[in-house]
Amino acid sequence: MSFFSFGQTAEIDIVLNDAETRKKVEHKTEDGKKDKYFLFYDGETVSGKVNVTLKNPGKRLEHQGIKIEFIGQIELYFDRGNHHEFVSLVKDLARPGEMAQSQTFDFEFTHVEKPYESYTGQNVKLRYFLRAIISRRLNDVCKELDIVVHTLSTYPELNSSIKMEVGIEDCLHIEFEYNKSKYHLKDVIVGKIYFLLVRIKIKHMEIDIIKRETTGTGPNVYHENDTIAKYEIMDGAPVRGESIPIRLFLAGYEMTPTMRDINKKFSVRYYLNLVLIDEEERRYFKQQEITLWRKGDIVRKSMSHQAAIASQRFEGSASSEKALSQAKEEDD
Amino acid sequence: MSEATVADTRRLNSKPQDLTDAYGPPSNFLEIDVFDPQTIGVGRNRFTTYEVRMKTNLPIFKLKESCVRRRYSDFEWLKNELERDSKIVVPPLPGKALKRQLPFRGDEGIFEESFIEERRSGLEQFINRIAGHPLAQNERCLHMFLQDESIDRNYIPGKVRQ
Repeated sequence: MSFFSFGQTAEIDIVLNDAETRKKVEHKTEDGKKDKYFLFYDGETVSGKVNVTLKNPGKRLEHQGIKIEFIGQIELYFDRGNHHEFVSLVKDLARPGEMAQSQTFDFEFTHVEKPYESYTGQNVKLRYFLRAIISRRLNDVCKELDIVVHTLSTYPELNSSIKMEVGIEDCLHIEFEYNKSKYHLKDVIVGKIYFLLVRIKIKHMEIDIIKRETTGTGPNVYHENDTIAKYEIMDGAPVRGESIPIRLFLAGYEMTPTMRDINKKFSVRYYLNLVLIDEEERRYFKQQEITLWRKGDIVRKSMSHQAAIASQRFEGSASSEKALSQAKEEDD
Repeated sequence: MSEATVADTRRLNSKPQDLTDAYGPPSNFLEIDVFDPQTIGVGRNRFTTYEVRMKTNLPIFKLKESCVRRRYSDFEWLKNELERDSKIVVPPLPGKALKRQLPFRGDEGIFEESFIEERRSGLEQFINRIAGHPLAQNERCLHMFLQDESIDRNYIPGKVRQ
């Protein structure tokens, strides 16, 4: 902001090269609103143009250098002053000097490492953004463009079921089972509760999904629990030998992948909480951690390419060669 | 091109339920009634007793059926014992009604029928909530309250083993 109208000011605009084709996703902002941002994955190149527009035509813009940064940082809300940057790349766009007219600068950050997923939580935020800066003596001109990064995983090799017998001596014994320990964000939790002994008067049973965000280290660890879902699985009193099925579709809930000890600053973990409520509103519960992961939906396209390659390997025929080139065209 | 595989949502295998378990009596049968209030004594030494009748098939209780007479102060005694010894949050008793015990009232005070009915209902709720609590069920004082003829206030507090 300049109070003197005889200075020169500039406006910066950052535009990505693939703005037309790149997918945008919704991401929650700190105040709870949802906005759309360009989606990037680990290793992808971030390239584009920085448009510097001079506000007062005819006047020159003196500056101490123009640069663009790509930053990945973790911001703890209780420690706002300290941003922990885990990715910090810079490209100089212009040496100190004068700009006589509006200009456009190209930039490219090649194969940028984006090790963690973007996350906006209750006490911590992890974000990636481009920041273009025109350095000046009194005040810099600055523009930021936030992007969202998703981390993808593939089907885990080991995904054992969770099966346990729990209870209160001589009062209540149940055996619960969940079909997996690692679920992707659009997965279904299939399970069952088997009653071995029921000497209390149960009114109903529900399963809750709890998200626990942990920030801070050592003596300053803080857990923020949030019940994402409450899903009733039984209404009424069960007896011995009864088996209650569980089928909980995760796609309906807003969740992130499990994030463990990100840059040693925070964690986001998910728990299934099985709750039994008796006629006097007493609650009996058993909590169990599950791992959530994000499945890529670009798999289909590359699978067709891979499937075509596989068929060529076995058949080596002209038709599969055609399928291969067709798949290649689809991908491009 | 075929769609991505549909999630497998079939139920997990489970043991079929034994029909005797399915249709037999439930193992959590516990019913306690507080009724038949009787005012005993005369003049200023009157007090009201209630019949506390219990029917259960829980193995922790020695008697499957019992019937005893208790007065309000017995319930208070039980509440204090449990607050001291057990880890449960003891539910509240119906009020002590001290105002009703002051003289120069227009009505019968604590022997007023509507008041006794209110108190009876509150005591019934109270005892049912406690007796169904797994952490209170093994307290000696509860068993003595429900199943012994009279309460021995000099008893040794402790837990009951099955």
